Amino acid sequence: MRNVMIICKRELAAYFSSPLAYVFIVIFLALAGSMTFYVGNFLDRGRADLEAFFNFHPWLYLFLIPALGMRLWAEERKSGTIEFLMTLPVRTSEAVVGKFLAAWLFAGIALVLTFPIWITVNYLGAPDNGLIAAAYVGSWLMAGSFLAVSACVSALTKNQVIAFVLSSAVCFMFLMSGLEMVQAFFRSWAPDLFVRAVAQISFLTNFFDLAEGVIDVRAVVFFLSLIGVSLVINTAIVDLKKGT
Amino acid sequence: MDTLVDIRGLSKSFGPVKAVEGVTFSVKRGEVLGFLGPNGAGKSTTMKMLAGYLTPTAGTASICGFDIVKQTIDVQRRLGYLPEGAPAYGDLTPLGLMRFAAGLRGIRGAEREKKIQTSVERLELQSVLLRPIETLSKGFKRRVSLAQSILHDPEVLILDEPTDGLDPNQKHQVRTLLQQMAKQKAIIISTHILEEVDAVCSRVIIIGDGKLLVDERPGQLEARSAYHNAIVMRMPAGDAEKAAKALSGMAYVAKVERVGQWDGFAQLRALAAGGTDILSTVHQAVSKAGVTLQQIHVEHGRLDDVFRKLTAKSRSKES
Repeated sequence: MRNVMIICKRELAAYFSSPLAYVFIVIFLALAGSMTFYVGNFLDRGRADLEAFFNFHPWLYLFLIPALGMRLWAEERKSGTIEFLMTLPVRTSEAVVGKFLAAWLFAGIALVLTFPIWITVNYLGAPDNGLIAAAYVGSWLMAGSFLAVSACVSALTKNQVIAFVLSSAVCFMFLMSGLEMVQAFFRSWAPDLFVRAVAQISFLTNFFDLAEGVIDVRAVVFFLSLIGVSLVINTAIVDLKKGT
Repeated sequence: MDTLVDIRGLSKSFGPVKAVEGVTFSVKRGEVLGFLGPNGAGKSTTMKMLAGYLTPTAGTASICGFDIVKQTIDVQRRLGYLPEGAPAYGDLTPLGLMRFAAGLRGIRGAEREKKIQTSVERLELQSVLLRPIETLSKGFKRRVSLAQSILHDPEVLILDEPTDGLDPNQKHQVRTLLQQMAKQKAIIISTHILEEVDAVCSRVIIIGDGKLLVDERPGQLEARSAYHNAIVMRMPAGDAEKAAKALSGMAYVAKVERVGQWDGFAQLRALAAGGTDILSTVHQAVSKAGVTLQQIHVEHGRLDDVFRKLTAKSRSKES
């Protein structure tokens, strides 16, 4: 456990020691803000909620989160520091969890920094703050899922660009699995159970359940399970690569 | 003297390529083992397996009694490892890196700072302690990596080219450090620098093509050289012919070579057949021939000569 914290601390510090952290946070905040106000028509809608804000999170994450995840393992492989790390008395699982936690915490920091919009909606009206809090948690869980998948893909390659593109693609599939277009495709030939199963693993479906205040334990369990499974697969990939 | 490193039939294949094949040897406390071999021979691969970074395809090895595959963490706790290329997190400072390594090794608080201080002093890192590693020169980067490997005072050290990129002064300091530490530890170093083998190692292993070719003391290895116990003499240029004639055809003199001529002096080398001690017989023969020697000395075998001969087969495969 202590090793996990040590690795987590070091990774988090690494984010902030380069322009990466600052560029990411600024872009994320700028995009989240402009999407909310312009594309989401936050002001015109005249509703005291942050739906216009949260609607865009899946899409923002789709192309920003893989940028966080891609460097987790690919960079270590490229620079050779993975040999330094893995020859210290550290279990692979500790390293995997430590790195993931650091990235997840960082994503959390970026999310927290959107607080001005929460203040704004409270200034302009009387929103259901409990609902908004639930949506923030849901968004953070979804970010964690995106990250866990990205970290996993990052462990497969030395090349950060490949890691980015591949994890974006995988995350995209998870996102889209809830959409009618994908559902319709499966419905035509797959048993109903399967179609519903595919819908269940959609990031969109589960996130919006939480964002709309449906205290859906299933959604929380889904995100946490996905994170858990991805971390296990991540550990297996790093271990397998030890043989080569 | 206990055996701290025990390797049996260690092998590693990458698909069809056999990088390491059936390497067997052991290292006791107090020994410094020099790992020599052409590039691509399998030295680094062997070290990576011992350090728990690569999984062997076959064979076993134990360090301090712990199996490298089944008890990897236990091995890594007792091992100090300097990886090939001395990789380190560029954004960290040497101090930060050592704190990170110390933390993962379970060393905390005042003890941690004390151990870091010791390492810093031994590798003379005071001047660069707070600079990001990516801004350091190659030599300093290597010393930082070396410092983290000795931080926890491990019983076994495995160092991949510890003096690579260091200037002669730094090389000397590191070699002295290794000699001091050798008394209580088992140390394996890989090197391309043959004079390092003489300076530091108590034993030499040559690896070629993934296989162990030789496992001997440096003295024994030198004795394999044709130049071992050769007699080199300096005499007036005019006497060179006389001396050469007197020596050729002598028992145990394999060959007489003219080494050089300048300033009116000539230098001859008499190679000893089978490395036998021919000093007195040569001296007598040359004096009898009426030659006055300016200088005479005995040469040790040339390691690079022996190295080349032994690894010739693997080199021809490479080219």
